[in-house]
Amino acid sequence: MYNEKVMDHFQNPRNVGEMNSPSGVGEVGNMKCGDIMKIYIKVKDDVIEDIKFLTFGCGAAIASSSVLTEMVKGKTLQEAEAITNQRVADELEGLPPAKLHCSNLAADALHNAIEDYKSRAASN
Amino acid sequence: MDKIYLDHGATTPMKEEVLEAMLPYLKGHFGNPSSIHAFGRESRKGLDEARRKVAASLGAQPEEIIFTSGGTESDNLAIQGAARALENKGRHIITSAIEHHAVLDTVMHLGKNGFDVTILPVDQYGMVDPQDLQKAITADTILVSIMTANNEIGTIQPIEELGRICRDKEVYFHTDAVQSIGHMHFQLQDQPIDMLSLSAHKFYGPKGVGALYIRKKTRLEQLVFGGGQERKLRPGTENLPGIVGLGRAIELACADIEGKKQKLIKLRDKLIDGLLEIDDVLLNGHPSQRLPGNVNVSALYVEGESLLLSLDIKGIAASSGSACTSGSLDPSHVLMAIGLDHQTAHGSLRLSLGESNTEEQVDYVVEVYKETVTRLRKMSSVFKK
Ligand SMILES: Cc1ncc(COP(=O)(O)O)c(C=O)c1O
Ligand code: FES
Repeated sequence: MYNEKVMDHFQNPRNVGEMNSPSGVGEVGNMKCGDIMKIYIKVKDDVIEDIKFLTFGCGAAIASSSVLTEMVKGKTLQEAEAITNQRVADELEGLPPAKLHCSNLAADALHNAIEDYKSRAASN
Repeated sequence: MDKIYLDHGATTPMKEEVLEAMLPYLKGHFGNPSSIHAFGRESRKGLDEARRKVAASLGAQPEEIIFTSGGTESDNLAIQGAARALENKGRHIITSAIEHHAVLDTVMHLGKNGFDVTILPVDQYGMVDPQDLQKAITADTILVSIMTANNEIGTIQPIEELGRICRDKEVYFHTDAVQSIGHMHFQLQDQPIDMLSLSAHKFYGPKGVGALYIRKKTRLEQLVFGGGQERKLRPGTENLPGIVGLGRAIELACADIEGKKQKLIKLRDKLIDGLLEIDDVLLNGHPSQRLPGNVNVSALYVEGESLLLSLDIKGIAASSGSACTSGSLDPSHVLMAIGLDHQTAHGSLRLSLGESNTEEQVDYVVEVYKETVTRLRKMSSVFKK
């Protein structure tokens, strides 16, 4: 059902866990199946220095979060904002069609985290 | 450790004895049972013999057994067949909220085509209340279909009592016993059951073959038209190897039911006790009125598909009612009907034991389940430490 790369990220997820004093947090719930994904970012000089995730969801959701953290770490905010769910799915070398919405979750959570960072920065 | 199969509710491995019984009909006896020559007669013998075995195993008459392509077709024939035969008498059909889709969707389809449908609720354990049935039956009711035991949570219904209510009101009672064959004793001639569905692959027989018990004098209209096979109720040249396999499988399944049941219950309760020792793991279904091999638990804060995948990597095969495994992305209607919230349904896991499982396997499964749940909870966004 899932390819090797998805299974690798599912079995050995990168950057799992909570983050102490993050610069931004994004959380999205999946209206479709009820899953919840949370992304924490630490930003310095417009660069995402660190990123962590927590996911309550299926194998594709866990793998999407994991691969997303790898794609984003060390990237500028601008680069990170350009990441779409399609790119997450491509990075995983494909997801079953019924599971594409799980990669949405990852991209959306990241964008929310960036927005959260920006609104915090603006109010400082 | 070798792979551990804990998905006997989905299907079972075919027994060697069943294969042995089928082989002559796959290799030598190819005749059409409807032919009158020697080739045909040879096949006819196998067909008749299988029908006798099914009837004997269920306490019924051979004429009351119709062979079909499986549980789904049996359910469809019973429900649509009775509805069409009786539509001039009444148009109300009653079923329960936890039926298999083969029943529920068939009834719903009739509901969209001129029939009135009542879906009885179940309690937190998945039990239908006989009083609800009593109250739901009206002068217009023609058919009640309530499953003997549920495929997901294993709850066993009081079918004698439900059937008695229908009998008193002269309403047909059909039961989907697909999960129940070999786990309980039937003596249909003495039971208030008019129709009963079964499927060979759930009791160590071949896939794609089943039967419908139809009590004498029960009115049923055929759904498929063609030749005169199966009393015209199910025309088409018979799946002889499958039918012979079904006959052998039900004979084996219904021998020493009590002994096998005690063995399975012991394993089941050991597994349940082991799993429930883990924090925030809940049992779904009835604590005692449940199929001997059925275990269904929910681990809070964990999603079922990721649980299934993780167990599969460790060689354990199970199933889940999580929305993420369902294709439709809706959680199981059975888990919703017993009142679980989405999150609890999400973490559900069904482990269905069978004849080959051992105590050592149960110990291993409990250990792996515990590790897996702990690991997944560590990455869960909803886990409250
Ligand atoms: C309760 C119940 N009814 C009906 C069916 C359908 O049976 P079959 O797969 O033989 O069509 C199943 C099996 O999935 C079942 O568990
Ligand atoms: S998170 Fe539910 S299907 Fe992927």
